Amino acid sequence: MSEPTTAGPRPAEQGTATQDATIRPFRVEVREEDLVELRRRVQGARWPEQETVTDQSQGVQLATMQALAHYWGTDYDLRRFEARLNSFPQFLTEIDGLDIHFIHVRSPHPDALPLIITHGWPGSVIEMLNVIGPLSDPPAHGGDAADAFDVVVPSMPGYGYSAKPTATGWDPVHIAEAWITLMRRLGYTRFVAQGGDWGAQITDVMGAKAPPELLGIHSNMPGTVPPHVSKALTSNVLGTGDPPPTGLSADEQRAYDRLSFLFTKGIGYALEMGLRPQTLYGLADSPVALAAWMLDHDARSYDDIAAAFAGEPVGNLTRDEVLDNITLAWVTNTGVSSGRLYWENTLGFFDVKNVTVPAAVSVFPNELYQAPRSWAEQAYPNLIYFNEVDKGNHFAAWQEPELFTTEVRAAFRSLRQGRWS
Amino acid sequence: MSSTVETTSDIRPFKVDIPDEALDDLRRRVAATNWPDKETVADQSQGVPLAMIQQLARYWMTDYDWRTCEGRLNALPQFITELDGLDIHFLHVRSQHEDALPLIINHGWPGSIIEQLKLIEPLRDPTAHGGTAEDAFHLVIPSMPGYGFSGKPTGTGWGPERMARAWAELMSRLGYRGYVAQGGDWGAFVVDQLGLQAPEGLQAIHTNMPATVPADVDKASLAGDPPPSGLSAEERRAYEQLLRTYGQVEYARYMAARPQTLYGIADSPVGLAAWLLDHNDADGQPAAAVTAALDRTTSATGELTRDELLDNITLYWLTNTGVSASRLYWEYKGGFFNAKGVAIPVAVTVFPGEQYQAPRTWTERAYPNLIYYNQVDEGGHFAAWEQPQLFASELRAAFRSLRPRGGRHE
Repeated sequence: MSEPTTAGPRPAEQGTATQDATIRPFRVEVREEDLVELRRRVQGARWPEQETVTDQSQGVQLATMQALAHYWGTDYDLRRFEARLNSFPQFLTEIDGLDIHFIHVRSPHPDALPLIITHGWPGSVIEMLNVIGPLSDPPAHGGDAADAFDVVVPSMPGYGYSAKPTATGWDPVHIAEAWITLMRRLGYTRFVAQGGDWGAQITDVMGAKAPPELLGIHSNMPGTVPPHVSKALTSNVLGTGDPPPTGLSADEQRAYDRLSFLFTKGIGYALEMGLRPQTLYGLADSPVALAAWMLDHDARSYDDIAAAFAGEPVGNLTRDEVLDNITLAWVTNTGVSSGRLYWENTLGFFDVKNVTVPAAVSVFPNELYQAPRSWAEQAYPNLIYFNEVDKGNHFAAWQEPELFTTEVRAAFRSLRQGRWS
Repeated sequence: MSSTVETTSDIRPFKVDIPDEALDDLRRRVAATNWPDKETVADQSQGVPLAMIQQLARYWMTDYDWRTCEGRLNALPQFITELDGLDIHFLHVRSQHEDALPLIINHGWPGSIIEQLKLIEPLRDPTAHGGTAEDAFHLVIPSMPGYGFSGKPTGTGWGPERMARAWAELMSRLGYRGYVAQGGDWGAFVVDQLGLQAPEGLQAIHTNMPATVPADVDKASLAGDPPPSGLSAEERRAYEQLLRTYGQVEYARYMAARPQTLYGIADSPVGLAAWLLDHNDADGQPAAAVTAALDRTTSATGELTRDELLDNITLYWLTNTGVSASRLYWEYKGGFFNAKGVAIPVAVTVFPGEQYQAPRTWTERAYPNLIYYNQVDEGGHFAAWEQPQLFASELRAAFRSLRPRGGRHE
């Protein structure tokens, strides 16, 4: 029986130095035997029988999983994610006793605005790889140098090549604090922050902490749900609880209905990881289990990913992109450690986080819910930007990198005037 | 599959016969397990602890012997018969006492007929186990659809309601014109449905996980609201227990929503074992009784042992029924512990480690024809498996009033 392992280069031993602020260059180097073993396991997968329905209502469908496993076990380039990550400058630095992995791309344009982008679950820095170039060097991608960013994309603790916490306490609040430390350590005296999924929560917390360096935030999964609406949603998870709130506008009612589905049917994975992350041993032992678990985030993104494995990718969410992310999680054995963030979390996913800094919101049509402008204005008293776009799911940066880039540029443009140009 | 013409009501003998290759593959997979890192807490609050599952895995791949379990099963009369289009596997053990009362016992999740094996002798042959001939039962112990050696449904619809109809048909097919039914966990849902359907021949049910919660209490507990006013101390305690349980049943809600996504319980033996171990009882998650059994190698009194836990887990693995069994949660759309309106005679045993201790007040309201109610002082959610002697004596007492002096039940 093998002992717990983390494949690939191991971050430095923890707990040796107390406050080592050095920033060390990092490259991914995956051992060949780990890839051979991965392929062996994928090809040797033992399957359950097919679902008893003709749709996705019982979970990730067998045909989709078998198409994924076939490609993963044969033609997919298992070193694709490694090459892509190594095409960017990557670093490790220790924050609060934990090695944090991050991509750091300085813009060639001197007035670039520093931006920290935080990924979510079941994502990783892979989600952001296609927006780093356009954001850091707009003229090379059809944009204006005045929109340039220095881009920092960290891996959350327990994710990718960041270290795995061995004790409790790395919740979104702690991560938000660590990101502020990271940006200061990189020498930035002014910066903005962006996120979706967990990244949105962490970015919101940064906006509530409002360090003087933080000029503003942008979220593609904003926390806007008013407390009485949130309470009604929570009370209906197991049975018939509080009645739905009255007096909602059409937009608000639509948001409530989407959230109601999510709370009762759509986020079982989140609740399971919130209670029993360690019990998910299959995520460490079975590549196809890990893949299925990661595919099953929400109905709309699942539809898009299933389409990718049926030969019809939606936007940039191709089967290669999807497998880059899953292969990274397998090679780093982070299925369980990443799930622990749900156990650590005490915040309401979509609740108002009391952000005080300037906030920008982009609403993607296939996000978990579409934040109404009315709620966004209440949640973010200093709302500097609000825009509803016409395509994109929960993985906005990953699926629609061009549109996402356009949104992030527009979102922060007003913060640059007089200061940055 | 059959190429011969046969009536669908045939009852065919069945023996378990697992090929050596399946056992070798299981051992190989357990030995090659890729583990996650250790939990970040010192208790079981993040799930099944790494050390616990690694210790079990070590035993599983070395000294554990499935063939012993297979031998136990094959020493019992096993059959397959097609019910409502699906092959159903069942044990059918007749008492030597011809007047014995026919009893169908229904297991639950994450269990199987393995849960009931220790009940068979005391119930079938009471005179050899501290009882009288008048306590004897003829036993029918089916595997639920999607479980063990029963067929796996390929379409939807096999919820507790349909199972109850199938069990009534099974008892009729076996020639029993008067019988009783028993269940815990999913088995309790099925026997409640049997009670509601009240098929001809069904005299009474016994449940060790009774559904008694009044509507206002049910609503408040599910919403996480404060309890309704006017509860007695015992009812208040039950209310608190329900709240605790609802905070521990995310595995159930997950299987109700996305059973097919659990590919890890088909592909990874350790993934399956951890998933099956992590069922709660009143005293812990994993159930305190299961945690205790992990360290129990033998028991003279029939308490749950490590081998029995692995018998059950290995049965799931060898039949690849992790996902098909989970689908039962998806099929069921009703409430958990709300009173269902059963009008036929009902017997209830309240075990201290069960999800909640059904107060007599609620039980009398939920089951207006309550013929037996007893609170015992040992045993939990897996009562038949944990305390078979006590469980058997409860079943004897529960149904005693139904036995006509000298009457026949078949």
